[in-house]
Amino acid sequence: MTGQILWAIFMPILVIIIGLIYMGLARKITARIHNRYGPPFYQNIIDVIKLFSKKDVANHGVMFSLGPVIAVAGMVISLLFIPIGNRPLLSFNGDIIVLLYLLVIAPLGMALGVGEGANPNGAIGIARALTLMLGYEVVLVIAAVAVMIHAGSASFMEIIRQQQGGVAHWFIWPLFLSALATDIALQAILGEKPFDQPIAPHEIASGPMVEYGGKFLGMLQIYHAIAIIVETGIFVNLFLGGGSLVWWFVKSFAVFFVALLINAVMPRFRIGQAFKFYWTYPAAIGLVGLIIVAIT
Amino acid sequence: MAKERPPKGLKGWAQGRSLWILQFCTGCGAVELPPVMTSRYDMERFGITPMATPRQADLLLITGYLTVKTLKRVIRSYEQMGEPKYVIGFGSCTVNGGMYWDSYNTIKRLDLYLPVDLYIAGCMPRPEAIIEAFNRLIEGIKQGKFNGWIRYKENLRWYKRNQAMIMDIRKWSIDKKLAEEVWREVQEERRKIFEQATVPHVYEYAERISEVG
Repeated sequence: MTGQILWAIFMPILVIIIGLIYMGLARKITARIHNRYGPPFYQNIIDVIKLFSKKDVANHGVMFSLGPVIAVAGMVISLLFIPIGNRPLLSFNGDIIVLLYLLVIAPLGMALGVGEGANPNGAIGIARALTLMLGYEVVLVIAAVAVMIHAGSASFMEIIRQQQGGVAHWFIWPLFLSALATDIALQAILGEKPFDQPIAPHEIASGPMVEYGGKFLGMLQIYHAIAIIVETGIFVNLFLGGGSLVWWFVKSFAVFFVALLINAVMPRFRIGQAFKFYWTYPAAIGLVGLIIVAIT
Repeated sequence: MAKERPPKGLKGWAQGRSLWILQFCTGCGAVELPPVMTSRYDMERFGITPMATPRQADLLLITGYLTVKTLKRVIRSYEQMGEPKYVIGFGSCTVNGGMYWDSYNTIKRLDLYLPVDLYIAGCMPRPEAIIEAFNRLIEGIKQGKFNGWIRYKENLRWYKRNQAMIMDIRKWSIDKKLAEEVWREVQEERRKIFEQATVPHVYEYAERISEVG
């Protein structure tokens, strides 16, 4: 019990640091693809230190400053439901369904905060984020249902247990279509191109973050760092069979790396196109996968 | 109250290694920035990234001449940035007016209106010069040398007075009371000058010149 409490305190800190390193590596890899040298891999940790050492910045009210806090809190709670390295914290039958609900808290917290900022760019960004969420959540749920039917359980630990015993046992092979649909949805969940409409810096000046600076922006960086681990973690646990601590993060980075390579070479869809795309191709792929699972 | 000092130690190091720029692309300097960003000179290896809004930025780049109308927007952007904040003036236009030295609607010296930390000479400066300037700024910030925003706050009245000489500052300044006061002062002085002036000074001066030579 004591070990679990210590792990619950230590794990979010570890995840924040690793998530920030992921973001730094993302910048480095993108730079190499652009034929640049790129920043050091710990650049985002420096950024967060700098943002938290900045003096007071413009504040538009209570909800404005609570928005990033709700976002980070929502993400940390989601994180507790994800077994990292076979160490479950909040694990019971049905935790996947709870997690799918909890994932919505963070964007809604952001929406409340940005609303008080009263910046039109921020409002457009949030509108786009919620529209896009409507698109990818459907795909994600269809794929998750397929996994749950295949495993006969709605618990992460049970699903991981069934995938033990080598690469051949991973659910990515029997549920290939569902995995493909989830991976396409992951591109939008991670906010990578071609689905980065919510934070399009060239159109709407970084969207929801437009009024946030200094410590608020530092909070949002941490939120993004946790979000990357949570979102890639869902894919790792559902389709790649979890694994020990180091192995888990290696798999998680591999999933992130695929999204990154697509991000580095793609332009951006319009929000309408993105929404239409999600409700046609990945949804169709996911449905076919679901039907195959239901029949066999 | 203790005198404010620029950050040193870990804070100064982090501030220097992670400068987020707000590029105010006026004049011809804007063209020099894409080469600095892209693969040949790549400023991201020093942690310098362009940012979308003043709230997120630490470093304001003034890339060329400023008309009076643009200056107003520049000052508004500068006042929205979070402290610590730094300003770099690009090219001779921001130093002494450059090739616009006799223009009626551009400002000649930027540091009358904003606290400039670093100037880059040239018309326009090459990307090498810009990278050199960034490096000096980073070294200086790590040692706590640059204190532009502190100078701006301590001499706010002087800066606001200079700004009020050329534009209406009352509606958008951060310290509205001070802006109103300074504005009235400047208007009063102007009124007095107009009342005292009977013969145009320029005319007299021109006559004297012709007598001499």
